[in-house]
Amino acid sequence: MDLKTPLYDEHVKAGGKIVPFAGYLLPVQYGTGVIKEHMAVRTQAGLFDVSHMGEILCEGKDALANLQMLLTNNFDNLVDGQARYSPMCTEEGGTVDDLIVYKKSDDHYFIVVNAANKDKDYQWMINHKFGDAVFTDVSEEYAQLAVQGPKAMEIIRKLAREEEIPQKYYHAVFDAQVAGIPCIISKTGYTGEDGVELYFKSKDAARMWNILLENGKEEGLIPCGLGARDTLRMEAGMPLYGHEMDETVTPREAGLGFAVKMKKENFIGKAALEEKGEPKRQRIGLKVIGRGIIREHQDVYAGETIIGHTTSGTHCPYLGYPAAIALVDSRYTEIGTRLKAEVRGRMIDAEIVELPFYKRSK
Amino acid sequence: MKLEKGLLYSKSHEWVKEEGDEVLIGLTDYAQSELGDLVFVNLPEEGDELSVGESFADVESVKAVSDIYAPVAGIVSQVNEEILDAPEMINESPYEAWLVKVTEISEKEALMSAEEYEAFVESEKE
Repeated sequence: MDLKTPLYDEHVKAGGKIVPFAGYLLPVQYGTGVIKEHMAVRTQAGLFDVSHMGEILCEGKDALANLQMLLTNNFDNLVDGQARYSPMCTEEGGTVDDLIVYKKSDDHYFIVVNAANKDKDYQWMINHKFGDAVFTDVSEEYAQLAVQGPKAMEIIRKLAREEEIPQKYYHAVFDAQVAGIPCIISKTGYTGEDGVELYFKSKDAARMWNILLENGKEEGLIPCGLGARDTLRMEAGMPLYGHEMDETVTPREAGLGFAVKMKKENFIGKAALEEKGEPKRQRIGLKVIGRGIIREHQDVYAGETIIGHTTSGTHCPYLGYPAAIALVDSRYTEIGTRLKAEVRGRMIDAEIVELPFYKRSK
Repeated sequence: MKLEKGLLYSKSHEWVKEEGDEVLIGLTDYAQSELGDLVFVNLPEEGDELSVGESFADVESVKAVSDIYAPVAGIVSQVNEEILDAPEMINESPYEAWLVKVTEISEKEALMSAEEYEAFVESEKE
């Protein structure tokens, strides 16, 4: 059975079109539609319910040592309040999940994982734990909202004290308040825009949702659904687990080499990744030149040869053209290369372009 | 859901407007709202033959591509070139944004009145 986030009733009230996603009933869009929601985030501000995401605590004297072994990125130089993105690998080098680790203090870390993977991740973590470390799945206790867009920080500044608002990207303040509601304010997001993600108790969810919408009215804040969340992350070239990577794709193939520290003493999957060497296939960005949209799971051709497949693809509302992400043979990844994708029996022209497709001007 | 009297409706959510010997075919308001923001439309060419129940066009929303099925058999006499460049017209005014005009009609599926279609959509939702 699909679960409801603590904001289900608010979504229905706001005219959300509800669909099942990762075991939850969530709005794919509201009455205004995906394009208007997408544009609100690029030009003003959007509010997303992301309470389906999983939260896992890692506590104890050996918390850091456990994270260093479980994850491909390096965490030994995090300061309190800092966040860092990392893949988590299988022994074979495939990707169990990608996640964000926040350091609260030396023996207390807060991990945010994908909704669809949270049970698998939690099992994986406790199966590999050692020494003095306790993992606790606290997903049910937390609601999460993302406020994203160029006007997002203006809205947050109305509701939180300046010293409780993180200044730098990938930093968080743990014991903050927004409109008097205790929460973690994190300067992170999945849209390519400025903004925050807020973590707080589920019981406060409806109140927080309504306070944000009320106080964001002037700035054009509107609720945004899963549809816009996907088109925004696509435009921003951000990978999505289950699309760009899974247990058959290594983080290096998925373009996440920046978060795989091969110089680190050891981590699960390191030996396999070393043995594989330079990836034989790579993630690329495709700008569609022909007519139509190239979506996921389409064969990609260089001339007559199939060189890989698309992993995501949609119309990019802000850019005004369709784009796709593909995993292809590394020999065909030069920027400017013309490729084709087969869509419903028809070949559509595309060109390899730099990722991300969209980058905000600072 | 908006409906327009005088039009005929198919179970696959197309509308049919009879104009003498010819018909116009479009997408119902219910269809466009279910599809969401449309960004591409692929239409047949003038002279193409339509068969009842077969796909003759497709529309792409941000999220998905969907086939459009022919409620009549006949020959395409005109396509609405305007919506090729502005597919959002289907979202904005679904009963004006026709897709194709069809002539030499040889067969029609059992079509519904506005009232019957409304009841049909309600029953599909359940």
